[in-house]
Amino acid sequence: MAKIRPRVKVPRSASKGDVIEIKTLINHKMETGQRKDRKTGEKIPRKIINKFSAAFNGKTFFETDIDPAVSANPYIQFHAKVMEAGTFKFSWVDDDGTVYTTEKKIKLDG
Amino acid sequence: MDTTRREALAVGIGAVAALTLAPVVPALASANAVDDAIAKFAGGKKPTAGKVAVSAPEIAENGNTVPIAIEVESPMTEQDHVTDVLILADGNPNPDVATFHFTPMSGMAAASTRIRLAKTQNVIAVAKMSDGSVFMDKKTIKVTIGGCGG
Repeated sequence: MAKIRPRVKVPRSASKGDVIEIKTLINHKMETGQRKDRKTGEKIPRKIINKFSAAFNGKTFFETDIDPAVSANPYIQFHAKVMEAGTFKFSWVDDDGTVYTTEKKIKLDG
Repeated sequence: MDTTRREALAVGIGAVAALTLAPVVPALASANAVDDAIAKFAGGKKPTAGKVAVSAPEIAENGNTVPIAIEVESPMTEQDHVTDVLILADGNPNPDVATFHFTPMSGMAAASTRIRLAKTQNVIAVAKMSDGSVFMDKKTIKVTIGGCGG
């Protein structure tokens, strides 16, 4: 499987009080646990990203519980209200316990 | 609580259906699983229509990746904001799709993602507010090719 690499789009800067849009994507197969192996007929075990969370300056402000019905390479778009400059931290939790994270900084205009 | 004749009948039919279906393992999510999921999420409250909106294409050619968006009308202040939004698909093997958790810092209660749909079915969004009230919206999506590897 290709190396799992999260991608996030956050504006570089915003005015105080702005509500910004954040787009996130991570490449992951999101194996549902429903599919069967064509050769052996055995079920392929479930392996998905089951949780996504977004924090700003250490405070979690948006989370998603993910079930197998979310498509492969899960894409999540949401918003944040920016009151100060700081760092967004995004994390994805895999069924096997691995946590993938990435960070983005944002500045205040003016 | 007053039970109308209609409600009494519905309960009766539901019970019969549950009894008949019980020994068979349902291949796809039953209406009961959806109702149970909503009831559990709503914490006993009855969801009313309004405030929350699901947007999605009417026809999805590929059920493997169907873009959906939800938006809830709310000022998103400390006193009055949306806390959680549950997304369900009533024709999937497992109706749960995702649950979004919002805070006032989200700025607005809107999110979108891409989901798998096994067949033509309803996508349901249930929104819970900070005051405990619960709202619901439903949208039917026609699926040409199923997306659950069946």
